[in-house]
Amino acid sequence: MSAIDSVSLPRSFRLPRIDGLIQWIVPLAIIAIWQVASVTGFVPTRVLPAPSDVLLAGWKLLLSGELVRNIWVSFWRASIGFFIGGSIGFAFGLANGLSQLSAKLTDTTLQMVRNVPHLALIPLVILWFGIDESAKLFLVALGVFFPIYLNTLHGIRTVDPQLIEMGRIYGMTDGELFRRVIFPGALPSIFVGIRFALGIMWLTLIVAETIAASSGLGYMAMQAREFMLIDVVVLSILIYALLGKLADSASRVLERLTLSWHPAFQKN
Amino acid sequence: MQTAVRTSLPETELASRANFAPHARIVREAQSSGLPLSIRGLHKSFGDNEVLRGIDLHIPAGQFVAIVGKSGCGKSTLLRLIAGLDKIDAGSISFGQDIQPKDIQPEDIRVMFQEPRLLPWARVLANVEVGLGRDRASGDAHARAEKALSEVGLADKRDQWPSVLSGGQKQRVALGRALVSRPRVLAFDEPLGALDALTRISMQRLLERVWRDQGFTAILVTHDVAEAVALADRVLVIEEGRIAHDVVIHAARPRQRGSAELAGLEGSILSHLLSADDRT
Repeated sequence: MSAIDSVSLPRSFRLPRIDGLIQWIVPLAIIAIWQVASVTGFVPTRVLPAPSDVLLAGWKLLLSGELVRNIWVSFWRASIGFFIGGSIGFAFGLANGLSQLSAKLTDTTLQMVRNVPHLALIPLVILWFGIDESAKLFLVALGVFFPIYLNTLHGIRTVDPQLIEMGRIYGMTDGELFRRVIFPGALPSIFVGIRFALGIMWLTLIVAETIAASSGLGYMAMQAREFMLIDVVVLSILIYALLGKLADSASRVLERLTLSWHPAFQKN
Repeated sequence: MQTAVRTSLPETELASRANFAPHARIVREAQSSGLPLSIRGLHKSFGDNEVLRGIDLHIPAGQFVAIVGKSGCGKSTLLRLIAGLDKIDAGSISFGQDIQPKDIQPEDIRVMFQEPRLLPWARVLANVEVGLGRDRASGDAHARAEKALSEVGLADKRDQWPSVLSGGQKQRVALGRALVSRPRVLAFDEPLGALDALTRISMQRLLERVWRDQGFTAILVTHDVAEAVALADRVLVIEEGRIAHDVVIHAARPRQRGSAELAGLEGSILSHLLSADDRT
């Protein structure tokens, strides 16, 4: 494996100022190894095209406008689906976390539905909605609903009862108690839910777009498969990885902004 | 906690007691300090477990009372009833015969617990402001909270998160929060139990100082007899839900910790507690 020699891995670790870049060393190394393996013929390009070929395919699609359009469509579907499912999940989480009656009424039902893999509903969803937008939005919303619901509920239920008692002693109204004690206390758990939900959001969207769509990244990948354009297939997969990472980073930034009180987010 | 009298007595008796002095408001403004406390025939059970079996007690305004006893003797329950955190089964607690219920505000009675119970997501100053109760929204909230914070010696920590404070500092913030509304009764539920020995002694001095400055009625539940003897005017020993001993501490303040007088008192109270142990 002479390929490894060309990657100056050990050297990079000695530079202290690239601390933030360390996370990118492994992905970049993989791409470098991959490129070398393709160029030397170690991996046939019919199995896996060279990264440079994938980049080239991406450039062509970018020029034709197809790439941006498909990414935009997928991004829009993901966001709207996430927003709908997340809002409903959050609302149910709040209601069931704050009200015993509401929890008794709906929690059992929701737990039953949760155990049905939402992707198993694809045939039914296609029958209901055909392959138009609402089918994808429905699936994404359904997939996003449960992690947000469960973690919001868990967050609210595990708020320190001593703090709630303290709030009552100091004369907080129900609204104040929610705003100043319960919601901030539940927030770390809600963020866990959001990050889970983001993963499920992309997974659902990929599956839905490869099965029933006429636009979007998944559709682009399936089209490319029809025409044996393996570089475009690989490109789509890589874009999914990038978008997933982007969504996760966004939620981390939000987390750091809102949870600055939390010892885990304090730097100094 | 809208009324001065917490009771299970019939409404009529409640009303008649409330009708005593019409000048209560004036009295309050004149002294603006501790409230007296009268407890009569107080009972409390949790399920089949009768925790308090008839407590009769009068605490004059501004007195510092310590309550000691074995764990499970009912001392914390008594404190929670006084603070209005739990419901009374039988008997009554009233804050002075000449004080009308409407003159007692929720802000007049405050509790401090063993755990600081600070909001981790609010900075120190905001945590103290919580103690203002309904006055939180008022214009001078900041100034009052800052004053309370400097009374407990933490003015320079106002913009810190609670998580960076030490245990003793957190407890001082909790004390600031309890003091900020100028309470007339302050109930302490083992507030220093979780602190190390040195921090505890400096906190005891702080408690004594603010009590002397502000003159509220202080009720301290503690398992530390030395602490009770060092701080209180009077030590109540509770055994099996009743007041078994009522010991007045005459020692002059400031008290010399470890003096023969205090050690003697501590010894005699401890022997009360231990003899109760032997009987069971």
